[in-house]
Amino acid sequence: MLAFVIITFVKIAVVLVVFLLLIAYLTWLERKLLGHFQVRLGPMRVGPHGLLQPIADGVKLLFKEDIVPANVHKFIHNLAPLLTFIPALIIVAVIPFGSGIKILGYEINMVISNFNMGILYILAVSSLGVYGLVLAGWSSNNKYSLLGGLRSSAQMISYEVSLGFSLIGVLMMAGSLSLVNIVNAQDKFFNWFIFRQPLGFILYLICAIAELNRAPFDLPEAENELVAGYMTEYSSMKFAMFFLGEYGNMINISALATTLFLGGWHGPFLPPVVWFLLKMVIFLFFYIWIRATLPRFRYDQLMNFGWKVLIPLALLNIFITAVIMIL
Amino acid sequence: MFDVLKTIFWAIPRGLSVTFKYLLSRPTTVRYPEQKLTLSPRYRGLHYLERNEDGTEKCVCCGLCAAFCPSGCIYMEPTEDEFGERYAKVYEINELRCIFCGYCQEACPKEAIFLGKEYEFSNDRREKLIYTKEDLLVPLEKAGQRM
Repeated sequence: MLAFVIITFVKIAVVLVVFLLLIAYLTWLERKLLGHFQVRLGPMRVGPHGLLQPIADGVKLLFKEDIVPANVHKFIHNLAPLLTFIPALIIVAVIPFGSGIKILGYEINMVISNFNMGILYILAVSSLGVYGLVLAGWSSNNKYSLLGGLRSSAQMISYEVSLGFSLIGVLMMAGSLSLVNIVNAQDKFFNWFIFRQPLGFILYLICAIAELNRAPFDLPEAENELVAGYMTEYSSMKFAMFFLGEYGNMINISALATTLFLGGWHGPFLPPVVWFLLKMVIFLFFYIWIRATLPRFRYDQLMNFGWKVLIPLALLNIFITAVIMIL
Repeated sequence: MFDVLKTIFWAIPRGLSVTFKYLLSRPTTVRYPEQKLTLSPRYRGLHYLERNEDGTEKCVCCGLCAAFCPSGCIYMEPTEDEFGERYAKVYEINELRCIFCGYCQEACPKEAIFLGKEYEFSNDRREKLIYTKEDLLVPLEKAGQRM
């Protein structure tokens, strides 16, 4: 029992540190890649190739003055950043990043908590994040913030439907909601769900971008209309929390995509954790690539696309999967 | 519906391939303090006042440069030396006002003022950017060799 507690705490500590570092270096990667996409260099000054830039940014944000406007609802204004950041943090708990190993006779699963409803948990917790955005928008007492919050809630609710549907095909084929079981169902290369669920995979990719509020679905923070959307009135570490939450979600979504469609930690030669991280970085790269390529949707296009295209396609995918499984 | 699918499976991959090409191309950034662009031979930078071969000033303080100057940034006070030669007692160029058009160089009948290649002369004090004759005159040892 004691061993279990200690192992779990060590796992949490390691995962947390790695996760936060990944977030920090994801910002670096994004700036660097966007720079090169735009034929620039990106950060170059702080450390070799700007490698210390995330640390400099973090220190800067910590020491910035925390400005709270006079007419905000103080409690909710303070609560909202936490509500976006913490869900992003606790989703990691169910994502398996490697097969079990044995150290000193103890079996260690490479997942903080392997419980049998992982996906349900992820969907539930990630939709909690919407509260953060809406409350941030409302409590700021600012029309831009409010509009940003409204937009993001409308967008996230409509795309969550098709995100959930796009996963159902995978769940049907794997026959389990546990992420570990889903990864185990894709042990061979051609068993990866990207090959067995190509439509589901594409739908997931698209809905995931919308869930992340990233370009081309970044209407909630459309700079040219809404200043910065729901986080307009935030500064210092509270702003950083939104940022961390957003990039944390990006990592979560990529990790989930890896687990569900790219066979999780499975792969030859390299250790499982390395495979997992590699596949995750591919997704992260893809999202940055998309951001560098596509312009922002118009609001009506966004809603049309979500309800009239993605949901029918997701239902079609479920239907086809069901038919094939019965045959 | 069909249009959307065409966009997803045809237009967007094509767009992605375009941006990917740019990712692989060399960045055009010039990392300024370390790297510098080569200046055009006609570049007009900081002024300098030329000297004769014997080290005396070429400028006779005729005032044509100040008259031509569109931004009115040249100020001069003439005086005469012991041989009755006219020269500038005070010659100031306000580099903050100057637009580096090069008309002073065009106007000068004595070929005394030129615009050089120097462009890194920012300062934290406005007063220091009013260049006096001493700042502008080329050093004695470089007299007569046009930069």
